[in-house]
Amino acid sequence: MSKQVSRPPLPSKSRRQLLQGLLMGGVASALAPTTQAARSTVGSTTSGTAKVITGPVVDLVIGESHVNFTGESRIATTINGSLPAPTLKFREGDEVTIRVTNTLRVPTSIHWHGIILPYEMDGVPGISFNGIAPGETFVYKFTLQQSGTYWYHSHSGFQKMTGLYGALIIEPREGELYPVDHDHIVQLSDWTDEDPMRVFAKLKMQSDMYNYNQPTVGDFFSDIANNGLGLALENRKMWNQMRMNPTDLADLSASTLTFLINGRTTNDNWTGIAKPGERVRVRFINTSSNTLFDVRIPGLSMQIIQADGQNVKPVSIDEFRFGPGETYDAIIETTDEAHTLFAQSIDRSGFVRGSLAATAGLEAAVPAMDKAEPLSMTDMMGGMSAMDHGAGHAGHAAPAPQNQHDHSAHQNPLSVPSQTVRHARTEYGATVDARVNTPRVNLDDPGIGLRNNGRRVLTLADLHSLEALDPVTPVREIELHLTGNMERYSWSIDGLEFKDSSPIHMQHGECVRIILQNDTMMTHPMHLHGMWSDIENEHGELLSRRHTILVQPAQRISFLTTPEDAGRWAWHCHLMFHMDAGMFRKVVVS
Amino acid sequence: MRQGLTLTALLFLTNTAFAQDTHQHDHGAVQEEPAHDHNAMTTPTIDHSAHSAEPVDHSAHTIAPVDHSAHMPAASAADTEAPMAMDHSAMSMGIDTPPENARDPHAYSSGFTHGEGPYAFQGSNPLMLADEHHFMSLLADRIEYTPDTKTGNYELQAWRGNSFNRLVLKTEGSFSEEDEYENQTELLWSHALDAFWDTQVGLRVDTNKEGKSRQWLAAGIQGLAPYWFELDTTAYVGTGGQTELVFDSEYELLLTQRLVLQPRFEFMLRGKDDSVNYLGSGLSEASASLRLRYEFSRQFAPFIGVESERLFGNTAKFKELVGEQRSETHYFAGVRFWF
Repeated sequence: MSKQVSRPPLPSKSRRQLLQGLLMGGVASALAPTTQAARSTVGSTTSGTAKVITGPVVDLVIGESHVNFTGESRIATTINGSLPAPTLKFREGDEVTIRVTNTLRVPTSIHWHGIILPYEMDGVPGISFNGIAPGETFVYKFTLQQSGTYWYHSHSGFQKMTGLYGALIIEPREGELYPVDHDHIVQLSDWTDEDPMRVFAKLKMQSDMYNYNQPTVGDFFSDIANNGLGLALENRKMWNQMRMNPTDLADLSASTLTFLINGRTTNDNWTGIAKPGERVRVRFINTSSNTLFDVRIPGLSMQIIQADGQNVKPVSIDEFRFGPGETYDAIIETTDEAHTLFAQSIDRSGFVRGSLAATAGLEAAVPAMDKAEPLSMTDMMGGMSAMDHGAGHAGHAAPAPQNQHDHSAHQNPLSVPSQTVRHARTEYGATVDARVNTPRVNLDDPGIGLRNNGRRVLTLADLHSLEALDPVTPVREIELHLTGNMERYSWSIDGLEFKDSSPIHMQHGECVRIILQNDTMMTHPMHLHGMWSDIENEHGELLSRRHTILVQPAQRISFLTTPEDAGRWAWHCHLMFHMDAGMFRKVVVS
Repeated sequence: MRQGLTLTALLFLTNTAFAQDTHQHDHGAVQEEPAHDHNAMTTPTIDHSAHSAEPVDHSAHTIAPVDHSAHMPAASAADTEAPMAMDHSAMSMGIDTPPENARDPHAYSSGFTHGEGPYAFQGSNPLMLADEHHFMSLLADRIEYTPDTKTGNYELQAWRGNSFNRLVLKTEGSFSEEDEYENQTELLWSHALDAFWDTQVGLRVDTNKEGKSRQWLAAGIQGLAPYWFELDTTAYVGTGGQTELVFDSEYELLLTQRLVLQPRFEFMLRGKDDSVNYLGSGLSEASASLRLRYEFSRQFAPFIGVESERLFGNTAKFKELVGEQRSETHYFAGVRFWF
């Protein structure tokens, strides 16, 4: 499919603005008090349900404004003074023009997360374009070939963490599939009063510095009391030998983060209007920088109808986990005057709640957070978790499990994902603290902290595209391992941080199978720009279409992609600190 | 860095003792043939075949190469690798080497690089992430005061660099009210040896109020051993043909999330007498200390502590001549902070 790539010429006015901006920047830095004076003119931030802006021509102005989420006033990076940024609402097939003006003193950018578009419009500075310099206006222009719930955010520095994110809703050409009484957007995010770069530097110095749920001597003694000395020692043996911490669930915790729902704190109780018995669509977007949220509405089930903006066969669940970048659309039928929207972080250090209620001001009970669950042997070793149960299995002479398609000589070997683990040679070095040799490939695990919690928790195995994805056999396989070294706070792919990596080349129009194996003990939301990721199970059956895939510890996930748009694309973990540490690849499609 | 401990007693084992201990565990884990739960999980096998596009490598299944680490005995080189490769290279002081047929991480690039090939970025600022940043840190591990001797002690470390290569400045010493002081300062180039260990080479300069100041070449290894022991061992060759080996180990025991008990053990071996500085050959000094700190934040913690020092051999003889005790115990209070 050929596409016209339109790169709008920079208007001369913008050039003037750019020069002015640079000059002003120079003056400001020479005269510090001027900077202070300039700061004091920064306005306050509008938060809560964002204003809706429709196309086809949209103007966005990126600037700074005051926020106060913790009792301390801070400066946020905002669009049109709003956090979240304005909701952009378009129709499938529209050609949209979005003029983004940078009034900051630093470069900025906007990436349209999950949108299929020409690469120059993708908004990743240093890959797809130059970024938007201070004072400059960049004109994004592209045609929407898809519908659903998406979002947009800065891809520069830590601006996303300081507030630069908003929803992007594309209505299907033929109208919405499900009639509802209300349509609410719920953006879950995290905020820190600290300078995010300083947070990153601290993690480089002490990677567990925000973890206040570490195993203590007391835990050890209560484990002895409950399980006996032998088992208590056994439980710790592997972790201590490997210098891994089973409570290392999140790099950042509520000790620095404040969790937000549509830019509001728990106390603000953001409320989406819904009277008892009404049908509500909630478009959940994880716009956070570094937080995996577990979301539920106690007492109500949710019908998931979309994942990452793509329709799925409705599936009824009580709870789902999503990482930064992912979206889930749910249909909810309310029964009471008020219901609580409850989102707790994966490490259970904090939560945020909002409400679905008949009128603002009503609220329902807020549940207690679940207890943080330490990582299990399944998370450490994948399929070998049976070893967990001790020496009883020692001496078993069972051979290593063979590939399922071992005997299928007649079959194209590429019809199912390879299960043969191939570590890269660069995984044997200082960047990597662990390699998983027996990954798990099952997709029906809701993940640590959600297993057997008595609720129906969404898993990747539950998600099936509404219109079945065309079965296709890939022409080749690309295997990549998600790697890291927690002690050094280094994150990489195949043991190579971005600076040491090479781009990954794909042919335009070729169907490639990508296998992501997670050799770390953290869950990584992997976001591939510019093309879809069609998840398949271990038998090669296509399940659902995503732009961001959560890969659990010791898990091996495969998906197919057929890049249609030539260019250079970003591919990275959407945990911002992992991305910035180097868990990032460039993809060349030609 | 910190972990709830298994047994406090482990602390007082020597390096060698727990190294052996771990090795035994290690072999056990490798030799154990795990049971596979085929119902619940499908477990892929391992293969280091370089042919990335070739999904099935039957030859590799039967003799799937093991984890190739030097410390793994041939006997355990069975069909299956340890479930998760454990990095004990530090214990065997070897480096975790990849198998010959390990996957090439650049194999998917078709020869393109970040700056070359189709659609290469032509702008002036290609993407640069924090993996190219340099960071700086200063850790004041202990700044403490001992009331009964009216002396202060300090130990600080600063570094600049990235996760793998750093310029490290270490300084430690003491001062007293009588204007006595001694200081050892090292400037080291620290390079990551493997996941948990850094090699460090550089210079050390000693300055003393009394005696003779010396300069040294330093080479050492610093890192985290299994069971979360922090070790720092450095060998020195100094002016006047002096040699020295200093071993330092620390452990952090979390009593609560903020109350941390830190045992520390240190000893010094010397090649020959240095009578000017009242130091003798062989095992010269050893000390064991215990600090209890409260972390108001992870970055700031006051502590109290006790240290028992003992002098050996000629060092003890020399120092007894100038009125020092062969063994002494002190109580002190101090502060630890970093930024």
